[in-house]
Amino acid sequence: MSNSPMIELIDVSKRFAGTDADAVEHLSLTIEQGEVVALVGPSGCGKTTTLRMINRLIEPSSGKVTVAGSDVSAVPLHELRRNIGYVIQQVGLFPHRTVEQNIATVPSLLGWDSDRVRSRVDELVDLVAIDRSILQRYPSELSGGQRQRVGVARALAADPPVLLMDEPFGAVDPVVREHLQRELLDLQARLRKTIVFVTHDIDEAILVGDRVAILNTGGVLEQFAMPGELLAHPANPFVAGFLGTDRAIKRLSLLPIDGSSLEPLPPDGIDYHSAGAIDIGVSLKEALDAIVSGNGHHVAVFDGTVCLGVVTIDMIHRRLAG
Amino acid sequence: MTLVAQTSNQPLIVWDWIGRNLANIWDRTVEHIVLTVIAVGIGIVVSVVLSLIALRWRRSYPPITWITGLLYTIPSLALFTFLVPFTGLSLLTAEIGLVSYTLLILVRTMVTGIDEVPPAVLEAADAMGYSRRDRFLRIEVPLALPVIITGVRLATVTIIGLVTVTSLIGLGGLGYFILRGLQTFSSPIGTTQIFVGTALSIVLAVSADLSLVGVERILTPWREKRIG
Repeated sequence: MSNSPMIELIDVSKRFAGTDADAVEHLSLTIEQGEVVALVGPSGCGKTTTLRMINRLIEPSSGKVTVAGSDVSAVPLHELRRNIGYVIQQVGLFPHRTVEQNIATVPSLLGWDSDRVRSRVDELVDLVAIDRSILQRYPSELSGGQRQRVGVARALAADPPVLLMDEPFGAVDPVVREHLQRELLDLQARLRKTIVFVTHDIDEAILVGDRVAILNTGGVLEQFAMPGELLAHPANPFVAGFLGTDRAIKRLSLLPIDGSSLEPLPPDGIDYHSAGAIDIGVSLKEALDAIVSGNGHHVAVFDGTVCLGVVTIDMIHRRLAG
Repeated sequence: MTLVAQTSNQPLIVWDWIGRNLANIWDRTVEHIVLTVIAVGIGIVVSVVLSLIALRWRRSYPPITWITGLLYTIPSLALFTFLVPFTGLSLLTAEIGLVSYTLLILVRTMVTGIDEVPPAVLEAADAMGYSRRDRFLRIEVPLALPVIITGVRLATVTIIGLVTVTSLIGLGGLGYFILRGLQTFSSPIGTTQIFVGTALSIVLAVSADLSLVGVERILTPWREKRIG
């Protein structure tokens, strides 16, 4: 099973009743187990429609969708959905249920006994960093960030292998959003779910996606690749335009500093004050930033208190070219 | 003014009369409550059925509101007069009239309550794997309760007022005193009876409304602690 794709869309089209154009047109997409795929594109590109066809909130007009090898149209609806976590922008927490009851939704539907539900809620509270004091509160008493965390906990409650997220961080302010994005990446590093993540924000797509699918109006797949590949080799002008004019800078943010290819310190030493210093763990984007705001030539790289060498403008240029 | 002049040397309210008629006042109050409870009870049952039909077959909603709206606009006096030849001076006549006045308010609020459940909540419920029936009973109905209970409050207060009119067919609860009082209006006993009938039906309406607010608090604890 581990080698077969977790989700497969095969020549899927969707035309809504009363419209004369496809919302999604002959889309084929293969999503491997344990990867995060970001679906990104302008509004009207069918990204949300595509997502909803996976758990059959929307039925495709033609084509086939499989999850874990089974044709979703052949799986009983409630069974399919209870194995697919779902997080949306408006969160959709049940206002009449406490945080604890909201998180316990799917386990309760699955008929788990109350001890098992309680211990699972306990695990999830730690997993998504929810304060235990809010468990007995109602959703109306929570902040936007808290609601979103509860929404993620609820989606993960029955430990589904697949998680669908539709602009999950769209309704929170930028600071909280960045926080939630980092938390999602941390969570994913531990859980290794198969995640389909819809966003209209290319930076978010590049940050969270192991691979990014860029969709155009009418659900046309323009390019499906790893973020670095996308930024280095956009398939066409649409993709290039969608990625923006700062593609090189975006790529640098994905590239770590290569500790083995650092240049040695200049023989006459280095003036740290004017050159600046960075940690080995940061990306080349931060290295470039440190260079241009420092002496304009190089920046010293430290591992703790040990200076490993310097990154130069030339090196950064070569990394982009290679 | 002549009324005041005629009665100025007499008390407006004869407290003695009230003391002498406590048992009767009690019985009429109970009758009033019973007529109201039956009307609202049956009204709720009929409205639930009508609302389910309206929600299931959307096209039936306009005719349902049209018919219940028509019933609501018929003057109550005319309705009871119209019914008497068919059903006599009976409880049935009273209740047919009273129930028909609850339907518009109850059906409207039931359907509106369900319609106003946020779409994101429904989407989430579907995505969690709720069946259509479970979603309705466990998500939509509880969330519609505040609106539905508002409808029940309105209907109850309306019916408590209307029951006084059914005194015309001999089943009026506290309306009995108002009717008798009007017949002997110039006597102090008459004004006393009107006072008793009116004051007690107001007290009934206010207490019923407040108890239903209490019921709502108990049934929808999630609404109380809302911030901002």
